[in-house]
Amino acid sequence: MLDRNIAPDFKQIEEVTFIHAKKHVLANKIPVFVGNAGEQDLVRIEFIFQNTSWQLDKPLMPSVTNSMLTEGTHSLSSAQIASKIDYYGAFFQPEYSYDHSSLTLYSLNKYVGDTLPLIKEMLTGSIFPQKELETYLRNQKQKLKIALEKNSVVAKRLFTETLFGDSLYGYPNQLEDYDNVKRENLLAYYQKVYHPANCTIVISGKIDDSVLKLVADLFGNWSSTEEVTEFKVSFKSSDQKLHYIEKQDALQSAIRIGIPLVNRTHPDFIGLQILNTALGGYFGSRLMNNIREDKGYTYGIGSGIASLQHAGYFFISTEVGVDVTPQTLTEIEKEVNLLKTELIGEDELGLIRNYLMGSLLGSLENAFSHADKFKNLYFFGLDYSYYDRYIETIKSISPEELMRLANQYWDYDSFYKIIVGKM
Amino acid sequence: MVKFERFTLENGLRVLVHEDDTTPMAVLNILYDVGARDENPEQTGFAHLFEHLMFGGSVNIPAYDEPLQRVGGENNAFTSNDMTNYYITLPAVNLETAFWLESDRMLSLAFSEKSLEVQRNVVCEEFKQRYLNQPYGDVWLKLRPLVYQKHPYQWATIGKELSHVENAKIEDVKAFFKKHYNPQNAIMVVGGAIKFAEVKKMAEKWFGPIEAGEKYKRNLPQEPIQKEEVKSTINADVPSNAIYKVFKMPGKMEEGYPATDLISDILSQGKSSRLYQNLVQQNPVFSDINSYNYGSIDTGMFVIEGRLLPGIKVEEADELIWKELEHLKALPVFEDELIKVKNKYESAKEFEEMSLLDKAMNLAFYELFGDANLVNTDKENYLKVTATEIQAQAQTLFNREGATTLYYLAN
Repeated sequence: MLDRNIAPDFKQIEEVTFIHAKKHVLANKIPVFVGNAGEQDLVRIEFIFQNTSWQLDKPLMPSVTNSMLTEGTHSLSSAQIASKIDYYGAFFQPEYSYDHSSLTLYSLNKYVGDTLPLIKEMLTGSIFPQKELETYLRNQKQKLKIALEKNSVVAKRLFTETLFGDSLYGYPNQLEDYDNVKRENLLAYYQKVYHPANCTIVISGKIDDSVLKLVADLFGNWSSTEEVTEFKVSFKSSDQKLHYIEKQDALQSAIRIGIPLVNRTHPDFIGLQILNTALGGYFGSRLMNNIREDKGYTYGIGSGIASLQHAGYFFISTEVGVDVTPQTLTEIEKEVNLLKTELIGEDELGLIRNYLMGSLLGSLENAFSHADKFKNLYFFGLDYSYYDRYIETIKSISPEELMRLANQYWDYDSFYKIIVGKM
Repeated sequence: MVKFERFTLENGLRVLVHEDDTTPMAVLNILYDVGARDENPEQTGFAHLFEHLMFGGSVNIPAYDEPLQRVGGENNAFTSNDMTNYYITLPAVNLETAFWLESDRMLSLAFSEKSLEVQRNVVCEEFKQRYLNQPYGDVWLKLRPLVYQKHPYQWATIGKELSHVENAKIEDVKAFFKKHYNPQNAIMVVGGAIKFAEVKKMAEKWFGPIEAGEKYKRNLPQEPIQKEEVKSTINADVPSNAIYKVFKMPGKMEEGYPATDLISDILSQGKSSRLYQNLVQQNPVFSDINSYNYGSIDTGMFVIEGRLLPGIKVEEADELIWKELEHLKALPVFEDELIKVKNKYESAKEFEEMSLLDKAMNLAFYELFGDANLVNTDKENYLKVTATEIQAQAQTLFNREGATTLYYLAN
């Protein structure tokens, strides 16, 4: 007779296999990392450039330069680039993040010979045409106007600004910034950042030698005129801990709470990730259990740790009914403090260990995700032994160590607290 | 190509198995053939609220998430107007835990009052977060009843109003479960590093003993053909004026669906598309304009939505949209343009196959639409569409008397 009260036996995940990226170097010294795996005849080729400049009087320059890569070159208009790429069923994506500016191609293998030259056009011959620039700025400004009507967006912007001031990491774009972008500044930034000495190429998918040869032929003789200069992000956090923006008609308040924190290179980082998982890092976390599943104050609440090259931060984020905003803050404080004063039980910790191992295994779904794991290491100067440590720490970290970390890094009074809404 | 095998249990549960040994993971996806369209008009939002309650413990297992996380798994679910879909991803070696959890909640729920009370609140907060507390958030709450006179697509999955969710009673929950949550109304897909024989054994062990229940016979009022143009205006605190235009279109597996789907790509996919080139880039009228469709099983919505630039008259922008639609009716699309959207469609399908979960879900969706194997053959229906068919389809779709237009204006 089937006894449904008893859970089936299960196995611990002991082994996780990483597909290591293999390094090649082009004639002009561009490092190329290749992660070869998969069944589908697809390839992703990423061109990644370090952000190496920040000028407060030209805050949009890095991000707009990146977006405008697709908007026209010496020989092709924006529409021509887009239709050529689309014609071959490929996708391209410029992406601007805290530390990098990149341009990524997703293509069927059989068409890489047709699609990759377009990427070269954009990386070496973009002209930032005035008309397209105006279109772009006009539309982005409208989008920002709409985004600023969302409490969660306002809270997020204010949060990073509170933590990182007016640095590259903290500055929130203002509407009027879109009126002050000059084409010549974009061209200058393009010169300074998008060149081989500042470039890393990451290729993933089903890769054969012909793809590598094509990359070498197209990009190996691209020459640098610029040197890479050392770049640091320095910032000063706000003196004020609590920032409350009242919105009269709000139905919900957006809450963000957190602090700057160590990044992935620090020995405590992995332990802090495990501690964060307990607090708000998964569906069964303490914050979710208490504030959503027990009290029904919110659709969702979570916490996370972000690792940037020159900093890191810890954050808790939620949107809650305006009538329960103060209660939510009290409960968040309570949950943070509990992890500092009471040892986490073996039952809960065991669950977290298994959950994190399963989620690591699941995060390595395909060649692209293996390459993403590699980037997490490479841009922090780490190697694959980091993941050995990661797995070892998940399996062995003690409740005492987690409590020590909570006490060393978390002090609710010193957290920055952003509330946008009503209470 | 997504390979799969199938079997049906005696109680009517359909099971599809997709072996994929390139991953150490497994997916168990269960689709219940019930969506917001099956709700009582006085109790809307119920299918979605019910989805939340499915996580509140089942008859033999007090907590759903905890045991799954303990074996390294994750799960989630979504409700649409047509269906409710639940999925688990976990290390393949622990697949049986997924069978245990899913079969117990198909057998029966715990029906806890506390869970109902909490999830009513959670869903109300979701309602506020997604539909009320952001600009244009309520647009589909307003638009659906304008588009549909008879069909239950006239309400959104979240429900017509907060009170419908707030008033849900435990008796309603029990009745809904009995009516819709049984093996005959479900499709299960198991995929990943698993073997067919092993899945069959586990399915028989855990799902075999569940009673067949009654097959739900759907009998929905069908939407009559629209004979008169519908226009409406909302004024609200939003940063810019917007236009939403809806035309009725064929259901997912009906004649004309692929052509209609390709029309939306021709109009607005990427920067070489017509609406972007003509109404954003060349003649700047919109900051943002898109066309898409809902992929509904019954008569669906073909949508064009655009946000206007400052200083543009909304009526003029509206006429410029019409001009693009008239153009599609008057002349066949260029051959290159058609090849472009077909190639893009084909490669998007290829990229989807990199994800085990996407493959499993697509098998379940297509099985609901009629046959899981459509996951591999539906592509042909797209590739054979001609420029003449696109033109004919545009002529069928885009008529003034069949249009519903909403102006969403800034105060």
